[in-house]
Amino acid sequence: MAETKRVERPLSPFMIGPYYRPQMTSMSSILTRITGNALIASALLAVWWLLAATTSPGYFDFVNAIVTSWFGDLVFTLSAWAVWYHYLAGLRHLYFDAGKGLEIETAEKLGWGIIIGSVVLTIITVIIVMV
Amino acid sequence: MRYLTDRKRAVGKGAAHTGTEDHWYMTVSAVALAFLVPVFLIVFGRALGQSQEGVIATFSRPFPAIVTALLVVVGMRHFAKGAQMMLEDYTAGTTRKVLVIAAHSVAYLVIAVALYALAKMTFLGIVLGAMN
Repeated sequence: MAETKRVERPLSPFMIGPYYRPQMTSMSSILTRITGNALIASALLAVWWLLAATTSPGYFDFVNAIVTSWFGDLVFTLSAWAVWYHYLAGLRHLYFDAGKGLEIETAEKLGWGIIIGSVVLTIITVIIVMV
Repeated sequence: MRYLTDRKRAVGKGAAHTGTEDHWYMTVSAVALAFLVPVFLIVFGRALGQSQEGVIATFSRPFPAIVTALLVVVGMRHFAKGAQMMLEDYTAGTTRKVLVIAAHSVAYLVIAVALYALAKMTFLGIVLGAMN
């Protein structure tokens, strides 16, 4: 049997920068991936806090102090924005998958819709949670 | 005459051997999360900042507990497959395998810890309810 030749397969090249100018469509797409993956940080923080609530009061106070500190507020507020950005961008992907909204002008408008919409929804979320 | 249909010769081929399974899972879980996320944000946001007893009281109720359990299970599977897609785009070889396994492991760990915490809070809710 012929020896199988190991082929160094190329990775999908990172196109933005060397080959393509940053555009609204590519930037709003890469940000979907970044926000989605970054949310694991607040998932870990949230689950740690839930677990702490089932343990001793001392341990809960320790974790709760971190989660409700300015640092915790910052993480969860940024995460709320990341959730809403990923949420709206995900809906846009479902719309794209249906074969709609793919004209450049429409796609760019949807991109602005995601950016503005995510900020508005974050503010609404913070207000609802605080009240 | 060929007895194999075109489809049968295509199934299981391709780099992933699973066709569009992962993409379809992301579509299904995205729709589920579209309903779960807004509800969960309110449940979680309201619980945040409460006392330990308040947190236990919240998550020992059926609705917040079930919404949280659903969100964590569906959300973490969605994360694991999404993270895998990212890693498959930017890494190769052993590094890719290690990172993909790590991403799936972290996702399962979050699911296990959350379900354990919810189960225990239900139990603690009963105990605290009986004491009051």
